[in-house]
Amino acid sequence: MTDIQDAPDLLQLDGVTKIFHLRPMFGRAREVAALRDVNLTIKAGRALAIVGESGSGKSTLGRAVIRLFQLSGGAVRFKGRDIATFHTRQEKLAYLRSVQMVFQDPFAALNPAHTIRHHLQRPLQLHRGLSGEALDKAVRQVLADVEMDAEICIDKYPHELSGGQRQRINLARAIAVGAELVVADEPTSMLDVSIRRSVLDLMRRMKNERAISFLYITHDIATAQYLADDVAIMFGGRVVEWGPPLAIIENPQHPYTRLLLDAVPDPSIRLCGQDGKAFAARADAVREATRGELLDAVEVSPGHFVRQNI
Amino acid sequence: MTGNLVEVRGLQVDFLTAKGLFTAVKGVDFDIGHGEVMGLAGESGSGKSTIAFSLMRLHRPPALISKGSIIIDGEDVLAMPMHKLTKWRWSKVSMVFQSAMNSLNPVLTVFEQFRDVIVRHTGGTRDQARARAEELLELVGIPVHRLDDYPHQLSGGMRQRIVLAMSLALDPKLIVMDEPTTALDVVVQREILQEIMALKQRFGFSILFITHDLALMGQFADRIAVMLEGSLVEVAPAAEIVSNPQHAYTRRLWSSMPILSRSRVA
Repeated sequence: MTDIQDAPDLLQLDGVTKIFHLRPMFGRAREVAALRDVNLTIKAGRALAIVGESGSGKSTLGRAVIRLFQLSGGAVRFKGRDIATFHTRQEKLAYLRSVQMVFQDPFAALNPAHTIRHHLQRPLQLHRGLSGEALDKAVRQVLADVEMDAEICIDKYPHELSGGQRQRINLARAIAVGAELVVADEPTSMLDVSIRRSVLDLMRRMKNERAISFLYITHDIATAQYLADDVAIMFGGRVVEWGPPLAIIENPQHPYTRLLLDAVPDPSIRLCGQDGKAFAARADAVREATRGELLDAVEVSPGHFVRQNI
Repeated sequence: MTGNLVEVRGLQVDFLTAKGLFTAVKGVDFDIGHGEVMGLAGESGSGKSTIAFSLMRLHRPPALISKGSIIIDGEDVLAMPMHKLTKWRWSKVSMVFQSAMNSLNPVLTVFEQFRDVIVRHTGGTRDQARARAEELLELVGIPVHRLDDYPHQLSGGMRQRIVLAMSLALDPKLIVMDEPTTALDVVVQREILQEIMALKQRFGFSILFITHDLALMGQFADRIAVMLEGSLVEVAPAAEIVSNPQHAYTRRLWSSMPILSRSRVA
């Protein structure tokens, strides 16, 4: 699904399905299909963006990749091996080292009781077995890698840093262990607008200079276009359209993709009050239609696929 | 109608902190016309929410308004006695907050929260409140039976619509919207903004719209004020801010977020 064919596949999602069984305290038990037959590939050193609305299953997909739960069906393959077959401690550790997650909330992801030094020492000790002077040097190195001044921030606590700085520390943790794939779940959505781009730029540099792959989960297709080499549009637990960002943005095929693109704020189009309910009605119609079965994938242009509604 | 609905002159808001006085809003002047959408943009901590709260005198210690005047619909808000202020809030000026989940009470049904607003201000009966609440819910396109649901049973978009309906309950002249759609995805955001525009056209209220999303603001607001560290650095019609921003900070704000580039003609 990429235009560079020679890069090896790093991660393959093969018919990934996840059904949650909900047994609420009140009311009947029910099943929620969070992921339904998702097939995607991330090549080494490339970024794949998953774009979808709240509840479309995009975060579940990220969690499936870092093995937070067992799949109901299908397989996640890392360098050709099914991650469910990693049984020994060594295999599991090696996988966790290679695949790191950065969460949406930079305030919750760091322990408020520990300094930045501690946060970065732990992964280096656990995964790379460093100690003493080598450890201190490595901590300073990863801080420099994410453009943080070690002298200023190394002994600070998370609450003394801004959201953007904290998100840099989270990315530093991923670099520290030598991650090959970073699963970034809305890493900029809780950051102030004025620093969003700098965090995106850092991710872009990690990708370009260190060949770290990204699974970038977002609801903002503009940032997806900025960072990713491929975009997959999710709705209702399924991928409805995927391909290079420009192909999708210029020539959206699925009605949900069109809806999504039309809703992106564009200052050159003024909103008027004439059709107050029209957009909502269209959105409801598209959602309703997309909930049903989908047709098989059709290639629209090289690498650009769509699964139309029946 | 002539003149402006809102006239703010030299507004200064200070915070009393352990380290001394911190001036969050440094002598701000702006007007909002009748039926106008005024956008207020800026980064976190620039003082835009402080302005929003001050307009309704909802600011709490350690914040205090130390200078300036706020005139809304010919009345001096800062000089209003407390008992008048409580009546005035919501009937003249209402507010939609960023997080609808936090502004709805989780242990009361939606209707109880409508009843609270309506009965307290109009002194009507429960049945009158019910009728009004049903009318308001229809305005924002939510089935009437959802009135008896609790907030957690509704989706984020629905909750935000309910908060919007609540702000319309007493036909206010001004609605202050503090990042009303930031927590929602773009499709739901558009649905709600279209609805706000249609309601505005029908009822003619003015809006003070606060967001950090300049692209969204450009679509929605008539005029935009850009805020930096407690001061307004640029106030201009939306089209000007979009096509020809004057202040360096406005340009920086524009460049700080990736904008979708489509080469196709829309």
